[in-house]
Amino acid sequence: MDLSFGPEYDAFRSDVVLFLKNNADKAPKGSDLRGQTAKDWQKLLIENGYTCRTIPKEFGGYGAEADIIKSRIIAEEFSNARVSPGLGGQGISMLVPTLLEMGTQEQKEQFIRPTIMGDMLWCQGYSEPGAGSDLAALSTAAVLDGDEWVINGQKIWTSTAHIADWIFCLVRSEPDAPKHKGISFLLFDMKTPGIEIRPLVDMTGQANFNETFFTDVRVPKHQIVGERGQGWQVANAILGHERETLAPANTAQTRVNALIELMKNETADGARLIDNPVYRDRLMKIQSKVMAMRFNELRVLSARLNPGQDPGLSRMITKLEGTELRHDLEGLAIDVMGEIGLAYEDNPYLRGSGSWQRDYMYFLGLIIGGGTSQIQKNIISERGLGMPREPKFEKAS
Amino acid sequence: MQFGLSEEQILLRDNVNRFLDDHASLDRVRQYADGGDDADIWAGLAELGVPALLVPEDQGGIGLAPLDAAIVAECLGSHIAPTPFLGTAVMAPKALVASGGNHDELLAEIAAGTHRIGIAFSEAIKRRNDARVEVRGERMFGKSLFAFDAEADSYLVADQNKHLYLIAANDPGLKRSHLTTVDKTRRTVELTYEDVAAKCISTDVAVFEATLDIGRIALAADTLGAAQNMLDQAVEYAKQREQFNRPIASFQAVKHMCAEMAAQLEPCRSMVWFAGHALAELPDEARVTACHTKAHLAEVAQFVAKTATEVHGGMGFTDLVGLHYWFKRCGANRQWLGAPEFVRQEAAVLQGLVTD
Repeated sequence: MDLSFGPEYDAFRSDVVLFLKNNADKAPKGSDLRGQTAKDWQKLLIENGYTCRTIPKEFGGYGAEADIIKSRIIAEEFSNARVSPGLGGQGISMLVPTLLEMGTQEQKEQFIRPTIMGDMLWCQGYSEPGAGSDLAALSTAAVLDGDEWVINGQKIWTSTAHIADWIFCLVRSEPDAPKHKGISFLLFDMKTPGIEIRPLVDMTGQANFNETFFTDVRVPKHQIVGERGQGWQVANAILGHERETLAPANTAQTRVNALIELMKNETADGARLIDNPVYRDRLMKIQSKVMAMRFNELRVLSARLNPGQDPGLSRMITKLEGTELRHDLEGLAIDVMGEIGLAYEDNPYLRGSGSWQRDYMYFLGLIIGGGTSQIQKNIISERGLGMPREPKFEKAS
Repeated sequence: MQFGLSEEQILLRDNVNRFLDDHASLDRVRQYADGGDDADIWAGLAELGVPALLVPEDQGGIGLAPLDAAIVAECLGSHIAPTPFLGTAVMAPKALVASGGNHDELLAEIAAGTHRIGIAFSEAIKRRNDARVEVRGERMFGKSLFAFDAEADSYLVADQNKHLYLIAANDPGLKRSHLTTVDKTRRTVELTYEDVAAKCISTDVAVFEATLDIGRIALAADTLGAAQNMLDQAVEYAKQREQFNRPIASFQAVKHMCAEMAAQLEPCRSMVWFAGHALAELPDEARVTACHTKAHLAEVAQFVAKTATEVHGGMGFTDLVGLHYWFKRCGANRQWLGAPEFVRQEAAVLQGLVTD
């Protein structure tokens, strides 16, 4: 058991802290994906190796060797300083790693630099009305007509589709092949004729997602990542990674601390909420779960750093436990506030800018999105515990 | 950075598990539950050095760390082994060493496995209606409930001031009577003190707290082992048991019960490791972590114990399978040295969130 990262990393941490001290005023406030401030900040972060760290220099990245500890230190210090860690979005988090692994040299040259610089915004076309948990059942058709794919069908949950420049999209290109082998991974411009976007208002009251319709959308044949029919492997090259990072424990800990502050400051009948023993016990219960998840993440990290160390099920359970925990945590804040906990949007009695209500709903969304809790339980029981799959129904014909 | 067990620790775990596989089978535990003793199990563990784990090398021990004790506790919980481990090998050595007094002889006997020390702490955790410990001069009066290890040679007793005393089991003023509990894998006793010679070990509250913390972590580790074993049994049973012409492990309802157990239990392992490590290396975090670990393991184990029993269907409810021994072990660990609500209140006080 050794929890120190060593002097090299202590020095690295000092560098990050110093950088933040000198430059934090240049960071954008809020989550504007397109503003000039955000782009300038992104450029500065890349130059210093604080984002897009391992993306090769030739494609506009910093070009460092992968170093899990340095990445973690950067994430921790930016989070502590509450400073934007650079541009996010599915282009940077999902498409760029996919291209680095599976893309052609031309694709890497064409897409990676503008994507990481914030000049090219992407949306993800995976889920469909008939293909949610069973994503491989997707039916959006791509038929080759000369040198072009002709695409017809519908995608759903396409967040940022309304502002995206391009889409990375899973389509069924080989209708006669087995379902996992008939999918291709295409890239195309969202300005292509035949694309219609309808905003999808969710329970938070905002349109965080869209429905996207394709009618005879024509896409050049070469805009495919991997081979025809290989799209499922291309998409899965990085899907697992997405699940682990949806609800990190250090953010949960920040939220517990915020909840403690709330309960110290908020009163009912003149008594601090934290002095109510029932509320306090619920708070302590949540705190102990967050603590357990923090240590679980240390084990995940350690297993990455020390090949040969058995991670057990520590990686497999983080999405399920992390998202459920955050939902419970935010819900507790609402409970302890009583009627104040109902305040929303422009209500003058809003606490924490309404983040408790928003996150309570947002994390219910994350319990469902990125592989539902039920799918996670299938994965844990089948791959983790070696239990057999449910027998499949024969297709009704 | 390495968050996990060292090669030596894995070896220790494997050695203890191998011994317990051979010498503390469910049949052997049943003998104890029916009134037998645990002498051969403890003697065998003594040969492996288990009672000497936390005794410093100068006093004839091995001088290992709290995490090592937690590793052994997990093995014992997994096998629901009847032993005096918690009092004799964990809490007593901690108290004796932390007190700063000269207890060389006693520590050497502990390390050799020839002296068992029981624990009577209930009074200092929460005083109960029928109990009270009073020390006047060097004489002890009153009564402790649910002291553990019925066969101890001496007892470490805490009074309400959190002062620690050592008393001899053969003192003519001591009456020791068996208290039946649901957990038949370890025995508890009522101790009645009628003018018993009490040797003061420490009046420093910090010594009591250090003893309590390590005891709680050992209990949490015991719970981890017991709960993990219940989950393993449930998964194994579900793979074997067939209904509707298929193993019940292929039904999603059953799989999801098992997945929920695994998902809640897996972080508990890291928590026990960290808590054990923190006790030796991270004094600022150690006490709050110990409280949370004790409480959290109790809650998760309660869920696992119930759910694993349900996965077994009617057989889980019978004595034939014997799953109830693990169920009850988790239940006893939950109440010993502070039930979850009390312990969480301590965690809040330790963080300065409330005064008391």
